[in-house]
Amino acid sequence: MATTYTTTPETSAEEPVNYLNVEHGWKSWLFTTDHKRIAMLYLFSITVMFIIGGAFAILVRIHLTQPQGLFPPEVYNRLFTMHGVVMIFFFLIPSIPATLGNFLLPIQIGAKDLAFPRINLLSWYLYIGGAAFAIFAVVRGGVDTGWTFYAPYSTTYSNSYVLSAAMGAFVAGFSSILTGLNFIVTVHKMRAPGMSWMRMPLFIWAHYATGLIQILGTPVVAIALVLVAVERVMHVGIFDPNIGGDPILFQHIFWFYSHPAVYIMILPGMGVISEVIACFSRKRIFGYEFVAASSMGIAILGFLVWGHHMFVTGQSVYTGIVFSFLTFFVAVPSAVKVFNWTATMYKGSVTFDSPMLYAFAFIGLFTIGGLTGLFLSTLATDVALHGTYFVVAHFHFVMVGGMVVAFLAGLHFWWPKMTGRMYSEPWAKFAALLIFAGFNLTFLPQFVLGYLGMPRRYAAYPPEFQVLNVLSTAGASILGIAFFIPMIYLTWSWFKGPRVGKDPWHAKGLEWEIQSPPTTFNFDETPTVTEEAYNYGPLEEHPVV
Amino acid sequence: MSETIAHAEPVAEVDLHVKHHFATAAQQMDADTLGMWTFLITEVLFFGGMFAAYAVYREMYPQAFAATSEFMNVKIGAANTVVLICSSLTMAMAVRASQLSKRKDLIRYLFGTLIFGTIFLVVKGFEYHAKYVEHLIPGKYFNPENLAPQYMHNAQILFFLYFCMTGMNAVHMIGGVGLLTFLIINAYRDKYNADYFAPVEMIGLYWHFVDIVWIFLFPLLYLIGHWHW
Amino acid sequence: MSSNANAHSHVHIPKVSTLVIVFLVLVLGTAITAEVATIDLGEWNVVVALAIACTKATLVAWIFMGVRYTSQLTKLFCVAGLVFLSILLLITFSDYSTRGWTYHAKPWATNKSLGLSK
Repeated sequence: MATTYTTTPETSAEEPVNYLNVEHGWKSWLFTTDHKRIAMLYLFSITVMFIIGGAFAILVRIHLTQPQGLFPPEVYNRLFTMHGVVMIFFFLIPSIPATLGNFLLPIQIGAKDLAFPRINLLSWYLYIGGAAFAIFAVVRGGVDTGWTFYAPYSTTYSNSYVLSAAMGAFVAGFSSILTGLNFIVTVHKMRAPGMSWMRMPLFIWAHYATGLIQILGTPVVAIALVLVAVERVMHVGIFDPNIGGDPILFQHIFWFYSHPAVYIMILPGMGVISEVIACFSRKRIFGYEFVAASSMGIAILGFLVWGHHMFVTGQSVYTGIVFSFLTFFVAVPSAVKVFNWTATMYKGSVTFDSPMLYAFAFIGLFTIGGLTGLFLSTLATDVALHGTYFVVAHFHFVMVGGMVVAFLAGLHFWWPKMTGRMYSEPWAKFAALLIFAGFNLTFLPQFVLGYLGMPRRYAAYPPEFQVLNVLSTAGASILGIAFFIPMIYLTWSWFKGPRVGKDPWHAKGLEWEIQSPPTTFNFDETPTVTEEAYNYGPLEEHPVV
Repeated sequence: MSETIAHAEPVAEVDLHVKHHFATAAQQMDADTLGMWTFLITEVLFFGGMFAAYAVYREMYPQAFAATSEFMNVKIGAANTVVLICSSLTMAMAVRASQLSKRKDLIRYLFGTLIFGTIFLVVKGFEYHAKYVEHLIPGKYFNPENLAPQYMHNAQILFFLYFCMTGMNAVHMIGGVGLLTFLIINAYRDKYNADYFAPVEMIGLYWHFVDIVWIFLFPLLYLIGHWHW
Repeated sequence: MSSNANAHSHVHIPKVSTLVIVFLVLVLGTAITAEVATIDLGEWNVVVALAIACTKATLVAWIFMGVRYTSQLTKLFCVAGLVFLSILLLITFSDYSTRGWTYHAKPWATNKSLGLSK
């Protein structure tokens, strides 16, 4: 398991001028238009929200160690709702695009910044505004509707802070829209000479596809939340059965976004994995065109399947059949990626640096998550599995085992580029393994629980399920601790880690041709691209440190 | 296209309007245009959610929806539609004026658009007030005169959608009025000409879009049932 | 003239007559829409009204917004927005129109209100 990174010896006390040290002071950060600084602002903010969302998760799991629960049911409802709202809207949706995407997208295509730098900054402020609404709701006692805000509970009967939470999600949604808009225009209009579409890194394809989903889907959930808010304030609305309204219409409008939203969450992660696997197999991604096309395929097909969240809520069974059928199709592009990543590693020169460990974890955990999704997309089996812990385990496998793991892979891979420093590899490997172990211990028992019939979002459960619940909580505790470890060693490395040069991993890509950390305008002169992406060439010996 | 112009100045002319991360003014214009169209797509989907709700409920309760038309003033609605179409014409003329560096015309047409837009909003305000007075606001006090009792409940859905959809349109128009004010001030300061008219064109696109939404709202909200002169 | 003038050589400046003609067609369309609503055509009323509205919207987009002269990419974006909107409308609509195919699933079709109290 030889490490492959190189560090530069500290020859002088001077650091080259880069985007971090070019200016100091809070104004230079809060009024910046540099995409790299905005990425770091986001990184800090989403980490704070992750900790808040994680705290709710720990409380949920502690509650579930007892069949009758530890907290009153009303409190439990607020705990799992806030966990969902914070994690989905304020961590997962922005995560990779707002941090790694913002940082790397212009650099990887040879641009000096995104198309609209001030709109980029605005999108961060909108995120903070939305987070303020959400934290207000938390502090005042939370929401208890579930992150899905279903009517008529959210519009009429809930006594919690629905309005604040909904407005928080609404404002954060515009942050997401503006990020997607910026990415799309940048990719179309600001690629360096020679950077054709088929020479772009797959990370860019992934973010482009994500941007499409962000701009097409998010506005629809925005209007859904507005309608819920108006109904709540006016005490009458179009989801109110008293006047002939249909609560299921809310679900249609809500899930039209929220299903593609899960692809907003996973596609950037898949982009990261493509980059990491190519680098640590020292090989071009197998079937580049298919992987690029699969990102677009997931983005488009993802809009056709939202009703699979509504099979048993009252939707027409015939529409359900159509949704079930279409949902099978959306699994295909994901599978294409998994096969292509595996084929990339075949006969590659694979090393086991920490980013690659996360990539391995991703492939295994995402595959399990994706396959279990098929049980849920099958109309007949979903009747039994809907609303059980099977669903909870499924989406945590794809979102945590998939997206969060990919986020960590990317964070580690590009950390030397973003900070100019290298982190501690032994600690990184340890954390990766601990996260993997903790994650599986948390969520594998939940598949069993769901299969056995334990409902989700219930504050109490039959005593025979206690052992599995306690195992799950044990896993969650390990996972919670394990997530803190990278926060510590990465932060430490920022200040004390060994300095690195342009290309510590000997990777291919325009970001590895500029200094670490990059200067404010990335490139001294606009590069001209003459080779394909991942042009790793014949396998050669790599230096061992 | 052969370049026969000799650049006598030794220093390259810097176009102050082109931001540092763009290579050329053309690239910036292309990016701005694509950016505004992308934003308009998000608006299509934003309003689209309400149109979906409208379509579903109209199919469910056709008679109740048709019965609401007698409470809509079609003449005012049609007149207001024409007002908005006038504003679109003046906006298009304003963009044209900026492309031709005609400052006075630009200011006049922008002002005209502003006036028409304001007229629309004022008329809308009167309409809303009339609805309030006639007890047509859905909820506790909903009590329209001469509405058949079996439609009392479902008609509220139409009125809710009426207020939400026209209200959201009005909110966008108020934003548009603000943007127009900004343009007029800048046009007065001679900031726009044939070399740099992007803000006028982009705000024009936004304004036309809001007009398009109203083009659909008018028949769908005012003309569900039949009416007579 | 700065060298950037060449950058805008692709800008198409519309003729005043074109804009005015489109304006008049739009006003005429509004009048026709209002007039047709006085005649009872049954289900066709909404079809005619929407057809006229679509035509008006297309004219505004094509001429006033200049889609006629924009790049293929912009035209594609316009179409894409409409395609995804129609996905939302069509599939949601299909739920409501097919619910009645199952016994008792369309209570509103019996013309009874779903209201719990008058």
